[in-house]
Amino acid sequence: MEFFFEVLIGGLLAGVMYSLVAIGFVLIYKASGVFNFAQGAMVLFAALTFVSLVESGVPFWAAFALTLATMILLALAVERWVLRPLVNRSPITLFMATLGLAYIIEGGAQALWGAQVHGLELGIDDVPLEFGGLFVSQFDLFAAATAATLVLVLSLLFNKTRIGLSLRAVADDTLAAQAVGIRLRRIWTVVWAVAGLVALITGLLWGARLGVQFSLSLVVLKALPVLIIGGFSSVGGAIVGGLIVGASEKLAEIYIGPLIGGGIENWFPYVLATLFLLARPAGLFGERTIERV
Amino acid sequence: MTSSQSSTLLSLDRVSLSFKGVKAVSNISFAVARGEICALIGPNGAGKSSLLNVINGVYRAQEGSVSFDGEIRRHMRPQHAAERGIARTFQNIALFKGMTVLDNVLTGRNLKRRSTWIEQALRIGRANHEDDVQRERAEKVIEFLRIQPWRDTLVGKLPYGLQKRVELARALAAEPKLLLLDEPMAGMNASEKTEMSGFIVDINREYGTTVVLIEHDIGVVMGLSDHVVVLDYGRKIADGAPEEVRRNPEVIAAYLGTRH
Amino acid sequence: MFYTEAGQFSTRYAADRRVFRLRQDRFALALLLVFAAGVVPLIGNDYWFNAILIPFLVLSLAGLGLNLLTGYAGQLSLGSAAFMAAGAFAAYNFQLRIEGLPLLISFGLGGLVAALLSVVFGLPSLRIKGFYLIVSTLAAQFLIPWVLVKYGWFSNHNASGVISAPPLQVIGADLSTPVGRYLLTLGVVVALTWLAKNIVRSELGRNWMAVRDMDTAAAVIGISLPKAKLLAFALSGFYLGIAGSLWAFAYLGTVEPHGFDLSRSFQVLFIIIIGGLGSLLGNFLGAAFIVLFPLFLSNLVGLLPPGLIDAGQLENVQKMIFGALIIAFLIREPEGLARIWQKFRARARRWPLRY
Repeated sequence: MEFFFEVLIGGLLAGVMYSLVAIGFVLIYKASGVFNFAQGAMVLFAALTFVSLVESGVPFWAAFALTLATMILLALAVERWVLRPLVNRSPITLFMATLGLAYIIEGGAQALWGAQVHGLELGIDDVPLEFGGLFVSQFDLFAAATAATLVLVLSLLFNKTRIGLSLRAVADDTLAAQAVGIRLRRIWTVVWAVAGLVALITGLLWGARLGVQFSLSLVVLKALPVLIIGGFSSVGGAIVGGLIVGASEKLAEIYIGPLIGGGIENWFPYVLATLFLLARPAGLFGERTIERV
Repeated sequence: MTSSQSSTLLSLDRVSLSFKGVKAVSNISFAVARGEICALIGPNGAGKSSLLNVINGVYRAQEGSVSFDGEIRRHMRPQHAAERGIARTFQNIALFKGMTVLDNVLTGRNLKRRSTWIEQALRIGRANHEDDVQRERAEKVIEFLRIQPWRDTLVGKLPYGLQKRVELARALAAEPKLLLLDEPMAGMNASEKTEMSGFIVDINREYGTTVVLIEHDIGVVMGLSDHVVVLDYGRKIADGAPEEVRRNPEVIAAYLGTRH
Repeated sequence: MFYTEAGQFSTRYAADRRVFRLRQDRFALALLLVFAAGVVPLIGNDYWFNAILIPFLVLSLAGLGLNLLTGYAGQLSLGSAAFMAAGAFAAYNFQLRIEGLPLLISFGLGGLVAALLSVVFGLPSLRIKGFYLIVSTLAAQFLIPWVLVKYGWFSNHNASGVISAPPLQVIGADLSTPVGRYLLTLGVVVALTWLAKNIVRSELGRNWMAVRDMDTAAAVIGISLPKAKLLAFALSGFYLGIAGSLWAFAYLGTVEPHGFDLSRSFQVLFIIIIGGLGSLLGNFLGAAFIVLFPLFLSNLVGLLPPGLIDAGQLENVQKMIFGALIIAFLIREPEGLARIWQKFRARARRWPLRY
């Protein structure tokens, strides 16, 4: 039984890492209706930029600030060259555009910083701590705390600030928001920049764990099932979805994996998410919309 | 013969519909006779479109039932409604924008085909002959509504008034028993309205099609319809011949405001 | 004005329904087919067959498969490569386990298996819309290759899951030479393209486009949405499955499940975006672009002083250009190369007049 709980807690904490990627998605989806497949590429780009700066002798916080500035520039570029020309196009078109964007960012990141694997040290040891007989990784706890802080900051940003109010207005009804004088372009830029910040933090945590390398961009594939289960438009849903995926994936790997041959973590979340979709097409927290004709 | 010969084609029996607790339509009953033109009128938000959506199964009514052509149903799927002979147009044009006018009208014929997709794909069996027959029928409708010049144009590129006509053509191509028209004249100028009214009357006379339509222009409604149903806030407030309804105090109140 | 259409009126519906209504178009197509089947085998060399023509044709067919689903029926999929894998491995097993089964029959059976799987993973489309579907298609993309690797039966217990081409014989003719493999591929692709042209112009094709453009209206006019969607998945899977068999046996010779990974699915998706969603010609233009562009780029780099751009860098640059092209096409020409070709033709029809 203790083993079960250790697996469960390990899975939940891993799920927090998935949630982090998913939050970046949700932000952009809420504000612009874009399903941003390039979020994973942004994670890779941010992590590579950061780690390359640190390796060339830039201090930690300066590297963080510089990378963040780069992500803001990226947001400006995306707004100007991708979102603005594609305004009012179908969601599927926008999704495909972000596939193209992912290619540009991935290619660009590797062209700029090379393709070798970089180690990343955040100064947190990945040692297990004991809590009442259960062993939990210190690093996982740190990641979970970071995620919690991030969510807190984001919800303050959205609920207490003027820009947050504008953002929610845009999410609710783009045309009406424009009619009352909200500048859509600025909102989009801000949201993509915030998603860039989320990508940077995600990149640091994932990078410290896996090494900063190309496969970081594949975390996007972990986030997708999380989004489906949690619903595209809810930060809370992204968290819960991440926890569900993390926990069930680890439990399945341990308890079902051996029966059918192991290595199931690539597809298991997708099959789970597909089943979820069949049961609840709008996700756990999404609302079913009424179709008007 | 059975009920299919009865003079009532469509009747609604105490139909109620709500969205997340908000009543859109409450306890509405009325009947539409075979071959008549029935108008649903009422202020915005009175529940007219919702009612059309209940009649052809796009929405599911929580209470009450709909009887069409002798068959009583609590709910029917849109596809089943089409099979039974209900066709309609939409308030905000719902054409297939990436297809030509002819193809749009041909989709209206889809229930009349007997050949399978395999026969059509391999061009064997009934497929070729049937293609000719369906094309001829579609062309007749296109001619009837005078949209021949645009036959091969993508509908997304047509002006609004013509799109409305193409949508009517698509519905008509299905040879429906009942035609539901949701604001067929919305956004049209006087001469376009006259033209459209003419088409509706012609359809009713020539094909004997029963029509239920929603319209805001009272002048047009009174001239066009045999029967008027008035809704306000989801309730029925009047039901009868146009002259009767015009004199109904509740209708006057709903349209002109109550005298205090 | 060699392209004049004057005097060519359709007097019967059957004539108006022809795939190519104009005499010139029919002539040009016949000429192209004669050239591809009769002249190319005589003048082409092995490099052209192996590195350009065969992959071009197979990718066109794969693009066609996805285009039926995404371009015509409006259902997005990121799992194309999985269905290619399913088709290839199924065809391999039919050949292996049924004595004397003709090659083309096993390709067809492989296509049917892929079609069946495609329908299974398409079932969620009955309840959900739009890009939510990418999840169930990605489930296919990750699950199917995993099964093929995990269970040795599918690759006849090859240690790394690799399968090799069966003898390529059609009605006694040996087609294992480069020319033979080219002709085999060409024959299959031409036949299936003809079939696809008929399908998209038939009632089923119209129903797909109706579902794509406005599904509520489609249901209201009596089109069965489940039937239209599931048939789109089935036919798409069938085409992809056969494309997979050709990819494995006519192009590569040997293939492992990882040859059909997510990046292959993206490649097929890019073909139809660049070529043109909802256009059959677009698949060929898009595939030609995808095959030729990297060759063009590496030749271009070859002109630069050596050492300036290495192979790894070239790949990154290529990726960036592809990404930029995708976005550029979506912005400037959402209907892809096929639309550009149409515009050019419309010009040619009026030439030398401008309007």
